[in-house]
Amino acid sequence: MAEVRLTGLRKSFGDVEVIKGVDIDIQDGEFVVFVGPSGCGKSTLLRMIAGLEDITSGTLEIDGQVVNEVQPKDRGIAMVFQTYAIFPHMTVRENVGFGLTIAGVPKADKDAKVIEAARILQMEHLLDRRPSQLSGGQRQRVAIGRAIVRDPTVFLFDEPLSNLDAALRMDMRMEIGKLHNQLGATMVYVTHDQVEAMTLADKIVVLEDGQVRQIGTPMELYHHPANLFVAGFIGSPSMNFLDVDVGETHNDTATVSNPSLDPIEVKPTDPVTPGVKAKLGIRPQYLTPSSDPTKGKLHGTIELTERLGTETIVEVKLGDGTKVIAALSEDAIFDIGTEVSLTFDPDKAHLFGVPQAGSAAIQTESGG
Amino acid sequence: MAVIDPANHGLRLATRYAVLVLVAAIFVLPLLFMVMSSLKPTDQLLNDTSSLRAFLPVGDISLQNYYDAFARAPIGLFVFNSILVTVGTVSLSLLLCSLAAFSFTFLKWRGKGLLLSVTLATLIIPFETIAIPLLLLVSKLPWIGLEGFRIGWLNSYHVQIIPWIADALTIFLFVQYFKDLPEELVEAARVAGASWWQVYVRIIMPLSGPVIATGAILKSLKMYNEQYLWPLIVVQQESYRPIMVGLGYFFQLQVAWGEVMAYLSLITVPVLVFYLMLQRAFIASIASTGVKG
Repeated sequence: MAEVRLTGLRKSFGDVEVIKGVDIDIQDGEFVVFVGPSGCGKSTLLRMIAGLEDITSGTLEIDGQVVNEVQPKDRGIAMVFQTYAIFPHMTVRENVGFGLTIAGVPKADKDAKVIEAARILQMEHLLDRRPSQLSGGQRQRVAIGRAIVRDPTVFLFDEPLSNLDAALRMDMRMEIGKLHNQLGATMVYVTHDQVEAMTLADKIVVLEDGQVRQIGTPMELYHHPANLFVAGFIGSPSMNFLDVDVGETHNDTATVSNPSLDPIEVKPTDPVTPGVKAKLGIRPQYLTPSSDPTKGKLHGTIELTERLGTETIVEVKLGDGTKVIAALSEDAIFDIGTEVSLTFDPDKAHLFGVPQAGSAAIQTESGG
Repeated sequence: MAVIDPANHGLRLATRYAVLVLVAAIFVLPLLFMVMSSLKPTDQLLNDTSSLRAFLPVGDISLQNYYDAFARAPIGLFVFNSILVTVGTVSLSLLLCSLAAFSFTFLKWRGKGLLLSVTLATLIIPFETIAIPLLLLVSKLPWIGLEGFRIGWLNSYHVQIIPWIADALTIFLFVQYFKDLPEELVEAARVAGASWWQVYVRIIMPLSGPVIATGAILKSLKMYNEQYLWPLIVVQQESYRPIMVGLGYFFQLQVAWGEVMAYLSLITVPVLVFYLMLQRAFIASIASTGVKG
């Protein structure tokens, strides 16, 4: 187990800079998830930690040692790949024990470790099979098994569940969570799936365009997004954003309104001044239909309903043409075309200034 | 849904078989002519060429040409030499070219793209243009062998093997194949602690059956069937001569066509055996890689 520290890490492919100065501290035993849209550099960052990509500038420390120039095999890491990367010409036993064979571990010790890993991953009965005889989930277990037997100081996971179907993905996600609790190892996990990020992480790192947008616990990111990008990325369905005009501002509040929204007082996340345009973010879960259609804060017409069983998602077109999504209780029944009024608690709304690309990353206090 | 007319179906089948028989005949008849002619005296052989009798075992049939061919030339020795040179060249070539391709594909070093281009460009240089410089080179190179140290590689097996080991086509075949292997396999092995050599031996080569088979077939046929000019100029001693040079023994003042055909029939046998053996492996290896692992 080890701490991992990234300081001013940069990576360029030719003239294109893909990692633009990343600072992250990963504590011993922590489960950290890198999350972000495709092309944000999260996999590249993980590969830099693994030693599979050179570091253009900055320092990478594992367990207090700078490892910028250290070979992957000497970094004390193990990595699980999206495509499993298990060797097709070897049995499961040979695959899992590969690292130990390479290290020249005596056969008895190797066999014991392989069997122990197989027991943890409940795949003892698969040990003599070839990869072609395994299902996707079983192959991923083999890949994880290969990582476990080496007793690495840091586990790296590069979108390990992306190739699995939805049901299997949930099972494996829970198993990886259990594995972390069992082993207590430092784990760095890359995904574009925010459900995986929210459920597994002690700490989430949100990346966009090679930069860190926010670092924090899942709940911090959900309740206190530091910027528009994080607010829009974390949470499902995504946060609604309304273009609003800022009216009066007081100490730490601002009054905002737009043609579809009666003036309300909210606490701005970014500093705003009277008269500027801003974005008001409201999570779909915090929108509730008003019992009195005239007293809600937002008025519009239902355009689409999706009944998911546990909740009902409705899309409401407001008077100015803006569409908002509301996640309502399962028993909320609305017909398409019905006029509704939606209300929300202003304390749970977020006010962001006009979005600026490249705004400084904000690290919130980590509770994990 | 299309309705199959039985009559039409039969006609199409017949046409297909007719085409297949024609193509097969084009390939088989010369071989048949060679074997049949090897059993006939030269006079009859020449007379038969104007009729279909050339392809039939008719007239004065005997194995006399084979006896005469063996009396004229040390055929066993020539076949042995050719097989030795072929096996030596192909084995070393597969090792060296796969290592070169491994480096071109997986290792990071400055200028490898340029060097690969230059290597591939050598494909367009005909052997005849480098034959004389190569001859001068090998005639002055030192060698330490069983018989001790000597200058010059002429009249040896290694002079027929070493210049043919490095081969741009084989390197190209391996590079193309390696590029299609998932890069994560190499990365996973590297992260698991494997050295580059271990990646080559334990991961890449065991997965390269199809390209090894292809490379071996192409190179073997070339080495066994086409090696004529180079051995002719670097090997004067009969004991090192390969089969193609041996063919010259039968083209003296009067060409003994019957013996030529007997000789050709004899030296074709190892090729056919080898090809049938490897062809099976070749097809099996392609079939196995077709199943996605």
